[in-house]
Amino acid sequence: MTEYQLVCGMEVHAELKTATKMFCGCKNDPFHAPKPNIYTCPVCLGMPGGLPVANRTAIEWTIKLGVALGCKINLFSHFDRKNYFYPDLPKGYQISQYDQPFCYDGKLETEFGPVRIRRIHLEEDTAKLLHKTIDGKKVSLIDFNRSSVPLIEIVTEPDIISPEHAKAYGKTLRQILRFMDIADCDMEQGGMRLEANVSIRPVGEKELPVYKVELKNINSFRFLEKAVAYEMERQARELNEGKTPIQETRGWNDDKGETFTQRVKEDAEDYRYFPDPDLPPLRFTEEQINEWCAELPELPAVRKDRWMADYHIDAKYADVLLDERETADWADQLFAAAAQKQLKVNALANAIVNKKIAVKVGDNADTVLTAFTALHQTDSVDENELLQIIEAVIAENADAVAQYKAGKTQIFGFFMGQVQRRLGKKVDMQVVKNAIERKLQ
Amino acid sequence: MLNTLTLTEVLGKLKRKEISHAELFADLQKSYAQNEKLNIFLTMNDKLAEDSEAATTKALMGVPLAIKDNFCTTGLRTTASSTVLDTFIPQYDSTVTRRLKEAGAAIQGKTNMDAWAHGSSTETSQYGRTLNPRNPEHLPGGSSGGSAAAVAADMAIAAIGSETAGSIRQPSAWCGTVGLKPTYGRVSRYGVVSMASSTDSPGPITKTVEDAALLLNHIAGHDPYDGTSSTNPVDDYTQALGQSIEGLKIGVIYMDIPGLAEVKSLFEPQLKVFEELGAHVEYAQAMDPNHAIGVYTVVQRSEVSSNLARYDGVRYGNDRSHFGDEAKRRIMLGTYTLSKGYADKYYLLAQKVRTLFLQDFARLFQKYDILVSLTSPGFAKKIGASESSAMFGELEDMLVEPSSITGLPGINVPCYHDPKTNLYLGMNIMAPMWHESEMISVADAFEKHTSWNSWRNAEKQ
Repeated sequence: MTEYQLVCGMEVHAELKTATKMFCGCKNDPFHAPKPNIYTCPVCLGMPGGLPVANRTAIEWTIKLGVALGCKINLFSHFDRKNYFYPDLPKGYQISQYDQPFCYDGKLETEFGPVRIRRIHLEEDTAKLLHKTIDGKKVSLIDFNRSSVPLIEIVTEPDIISPEHAKAYGKTLRQILRFMDIADCDMEQGGMRLEANVSIRPVGEKELPVYKVELKNINSFRFLEKAVAYEMERQARELNEGKTPIQETRGWNDDKGETFTQRVKEDAEDYRYFPDPDLPPLRFTEEQINEWCAELPELPAVRKDRWMADYHIDAKYADVLLDERETADWADQLFAAAAQKQLKVNALANAIVNKKIAVKVGDNADTVLTAFTALHQTDSVDENELLQIIEAVIAENADAVAQYKAGKTQIFGFFMGQVQRRLGKKVDMQVVKNAIERKLQ
Repeated sequence: MLNTLTLTEVLGKLKRKEISHAELFADLQKSYAQNEKLNIFLTMNDKLAEDSEAATTKALMGVPLAIKDNFCTTGLRTTASSTVLDTFIPQYDSTVTRRLKEAGAAIQGKTNMDAWAHGSSTETSQYGRTLNPRNPEHLPGGSSGGSAAAVAADMAIAAIGSETAGSIRQPSAWCGTVGLKPTYGRVSRYGVVSMASSTDSPGPITKTVEDAALLLNHIAGHDPYDGTSSTNPVDDYTQALGQSIEGLKIGVIYMDIPGLAEVKSLFEPQLKVFEELGAHVEYAQAMDPNHAIGVYTVVQRSEVSSNLARYDGVRYGNDRSHFGDEAKRRIMLGTYTLSKGYADKYYLLAQKVRTLFLQDFARLFQKYDILVSLTSPGFAKKIGASESSAMFGELEDMLVEPSSITGLPGINVPCYHDPKTNLYLGMNIMAPMWHESEMISVADAFEKHTSWNSWRNAEKQ
């Protein structure tokens, strides 16, 4: 049986959380709008004569993201029209970027390896279609609150090597977007949309496969992971039968645990891209970009390294605490306060992550540190009493001692437990541990 | 008849209370009898009196203006002369009409045009062709044919048009009016039904140069709703009136184009007046305007195919079957020139040639302050002339297309009148970008020192 390896690149869309839309002054808040079609104007409705004016903040944020992901920035760029018909696209074209995206050639590190970023571009979201039955009639309704909301698209190279890698990439990217406070990435609502281009090839093969399957409309990282794993198996089956999987778009049905055909593309669509004549080309300077990026927040990966270096925080605790910007900033304050008081910062991290102390994000440092110290309050221990107990335990458990000395060091916990039980009070375990170790040598 | 007054005259007489709004409206009302024959206005503003009354204290004193039907006007039907928009009543005003209203103008009505501004005859209008008031056997030109005809017929005191490549200047030439196409980006396009976004320029069509300068003052300037509108400071264009043109260097171009023979001999003697006024006049060699036809045809069709995509039948009542033949032809050609594999060959190549035109004008303007040429290669054509020629507009607009695709300002002034046909020739006066004032000075001087303007010289014609 041929062994296959995954060839996978991703396209992730995320809505930017600017105050106003991409090309008009309408409020950008499609998910909290009390009614449909209230955040609209001639521009985002595509009325005759409506003209787009680009949102500076959205451009700035896109470029900052590019810098955060190590991308090169096009100092000359422009918007293009992508022409196609769909009822959710009132102008008959989407304003996007084609040959001069703001950012290109970056890289995102994940725990499963790096993923090269091919490009990041900025475009406008479409309106939202709602298919309903009203008075027994099937109707399609259009809500333009989302029309022309700024949308970034981050495209990777086909560097993803496993379903876990795909998931890790998506999660890390979301974490960065949230840290930068430029996107909420609400997956349920469609504020962040994942697409994976999946194909497989025999291990060792260097050429890209001749086909690719687009996994689309996946609204969770878990589903993404499952869908990629499923596709690898499905495509391997087809290849083993001597078939080439067809080029198509597939979705994920979580109830059935399988992907399903959504659309088969017969030909490559021709979007007739051309530079949007309504929007003048954009020029940036290095100084301008440096100025914007001076405000770039410390990104999760950098902060993790710092925590590990400065406070010896375990990676697994750091990962949990770095998931949300708010939590991470709060943890940062706590760590600094704990270090100042010469408390064990990693133990504090452990206590928070494993909920050993009853605190919540935002609680002030004093409160948290008091709770933490109380947790580790120890009774003083009489040195002689401790030694006597240890000696007794050693004497009564010669077998265990022999095993320990023979190299079965896991048994150390047994001595700890015995001694602790006999002491009958809460003591500093480090002291106990050191004492037992000395005795056993 | 007060409807024959110029805008400046009307404002003066209203200010001095020599005439009343009621008298003015009564005379305009009488002139509307011509509409049945000439087919100039598509929609009249039935609240004109009310709107005017409310604006009398402002600069434009509630004077009515005719507006080309591709400017969105709140509550007033806007069709761009296509039945696709037969029932479209905009919820908003174009920046131009908003500014004019704020300055005290009242919207008189909406004028006929080539459908979607595609053409130079007004014959592609889906509401029927407009006839040239100077001689109804002839066309008024286009696409702003209705606005030029409204002024020529004295059915309007002044009008607003829009030009993509000749659509203000060419109908002005054919109707014997003044038509000013500003620098691209000088006047906001917001709310104007888009034709070719990279060249669309709204501007005034008036009886005199001073009226054009006055209206330009009210519509020019940066608009935050139009990303292509310029933040360059705006002159007071009326200050350019009555200025000496002594010492100005004027280059005459496009005189060697084949087919000009008929009118060349009528046009050339008109240049003498510039020398009499102390300017230096010289014939200059410019890049062949035939190339501009190619550039414009590709760029304009490409942009049109995208700009008209929004009329997809989902909204506005009427679907795509309502597009006329000219719109369909342009959509098809533009779709083709933007298609994969062809965009490089056509659209991008056209943009490169456009750059060559820019360079050529830059070269010419190093030597000359002003360039002049004929506006149109001939007199107004007979009705029906456009129907057999898909490239009719491009050939009629050849002499103004180079300045259009390069965004230059230009103004048409009448420069010859044929007493036999009552038809006019127009002179196209062009300046470097943002130099409308110099152009206005030259046009104003020409108008005042010649007898071709029918309002300034009513007794002679």
